[in-house]
Amino acid sequence: MAVAETGAPVGGAPDSRASLLSKLVGAQTPFQTKRALWGYVYAAPWVLGLIIFWGGPIVASFYFGFTEYAVIGSPKFTGLSNYIRAFSGDELFWPSLGRTFTFAGMYIPFAVGGALILAVLLNQKLMGTTVFRTLFFVPHLIPAVALAVLWTFLLAPRVGPVNEFLRGIGISDPPGWLASRDSALASVTMINVWAAMGGNTMLIFLAGLQGVPQELYDAASIDGGGAWAKFRHVTLPMLTPTIFFNVVLAVIGALKVFTTAWVATQGGPSYATWFFALHIYFQAFQYFRLGYGSALAWVLAAILIFFTWVQVRYSRRWVHYEGG
Amino acid sequence: MTQDTLLQSGPVSPQRAMHLLNRGVTYLIILVLCVLFGFPLFWTVMSSLKTIPEMFSFPPILVPSIPQWTNYWTVLNIDYPVGQWFVNSVMIVILTTLGTLITASLVAYSLARFEYRGRDVLFMITLSTMMLPAQVTLIPQFVLFYRLGWINTHLPLWVPHWLGGGAFAIFLMRQFFLTLPRDLDEAALIDGAGYFRIFWSILMPLCKPVLATLAIITIIASWSDFLGPLIYLNTPEKFTVSVGLQFFNAVPEVGGEPMQHLLMAACVMSMVPIILMFFFGQRFFVQGIVMSGIKG
Repeated sequence: MAVAETGAPVGGAPDSRASLLSKLVGAQTPFQTKRALWGYVYAAPWVLGLIIFWGGPIVASFYFGFTEYAVIGSPKFTGLSNYIRAFSGDELFWPSLGRTFTFAGMYIPFAVGGALILAVLLNQKLMGTTVFRTLFFVPHLIPAVALAVLWTFLLAPRVGPVNEFLRGIGISDPPGWLASRDSALASVTMINVWAAMGGNTMLIFLAGLQGVPQELYDAASIDGGGAWAKFRHVTLPMLTPTIFFNVVLAVIGALKVFTTAWVATQGGPSYATWFFALHIYFQAFQYFRLGYGSALAWVLAAILIFFTWVQVRYSRRWVHYEGG
Repeated sequence: MTQDTLLQSGPVSPQRAMHLLNRGVTYLIILVLCVLFGFPLFWTVMSSLKTIPEMFSFPPILVPSIPQWTNYWTVLNIDYPVGQWFVNSVMIVILTTLGTLITASLVAYSLARFEYRGRDVLFMITLSTMMLPAQVTLIPQFVLFYRLGWINTHLPLWVPHWLGGGAFAIFLMRQFFLTLPRDLDEAALIDGAGYFRIFWSILMPLCKPVLATLAIITIIASWSDFLGPLIYLNTPEKFTVSVGLQFFNAVPEVGGEPMQHLLMAACVMSMVPIILMFFFGQRFFVQGIVMSGIKG
């Protein structure tokens, strides 16, 4: 990129103009004005990106939500009909929303709780910790599509190794996993938990654990506290900010669950894993109901914003900030 | 291991015994977890080396009698353009990562080192974009790229990353710039260096660790991306590895001949580059996650 140092946007502009410009950019001296203008130049790509890929689309999608639109042609304003249809006329709307919440309700405790347990185990300063940490992390690196494909084979009802193992330990009638309506949702949850437990969530917990001062553990020891007491009364309270951060991220991730369900089951069998994000995808990009899809996307956005707000609002009741 | 020393050691104090027992139990739990996390990967690699009858034998076999290493060659020469998928993915990943690194650091430089009206508002807006689900902007973006005639090209997948690289990248870079002493900039300014020169010759060389972090995170995200390619790409020749695998998985046969063993090989091939990169860049990656988690 050939930005010449000498090419200052305002070299020796007349005083009156310079002062107006200075006010505009929030500067006082010509030097500050020049610097501010360079600041705008370097921020320009992102400002452009924000307008094209965020601001514009947010406004457009909000508008599309009140229209009927099929890419070809132009959007036809239909008022609230998309939202009315979603809440009262779409028989997949409430079930897919409920299913997404069921998924989140199972996924979040296992993924976040599991990650915490893994982090506590790895924080024992055992030999080979780096190797274990890497091994726990690898599932998180598998591309979501490959993840879904390999678990489809692992959980194959007849020839899959998981059911073979279950038959081996005496369960004569193991579940059908992804292939069965009753167990598909639990199976998709399990796959996602498996991939998430040792991932970023665990690394963030590990960093949080390293920030717990040793004196507190020593003090607990002097008071005769055992391992559980230390965990319950030192580790957990000190980790609440980290737990909070991870739970917020897990909620956002869980409500957007898409790829594993789409690849492993296509939302089936008989809609058992038809999550809300899948519903949006199908409406918008399979049936090209862009207006209705936009309305659904805003419902999802509203739910996400609501949950994030609730968590931030009520975090003060249980999150403990040291010195804060 | 610890269990052995526990059995061999003679009379020990109760505390010491308790400690050793704890260690032993911890190791046992970790070993079980290793199997839980490692077995699916082991099984996938073994499956990719099987023949078709071995793939579907009942009861299932774990290790193929003769590893079919040729599966990895065969999968590149079937009717599906598997090799092309890898070429496409590599191209998109390179362009995405370059764009993110260059433009995110420029924007972060502006946010960290310059003072101007609207800077803090810009930063707040940047952070708030992380809250909004991608689904909201996805549909209008699709319309935009449709109007531009970019459907079924790779452009929608990498061009946006050249406009700032996204909120997370900018945030990460900004936080790092803030840790660098300002004296560096000021000394260079007095010596007559321009702002771009300060950025490029003084600050960027100091940013190598955080650039490595950002590169790894971007590469992993771009390589694994599924929704974008799924929406924008229609013909198998244009597919990336993720969409290609999904396509292969939906119809794992050509001309009635089952190819599940080759699908497994393709799966392994899609994982290996990412896992290798993680092994070599682990230090940078872990730092980046921790930075975003603690300061976020």
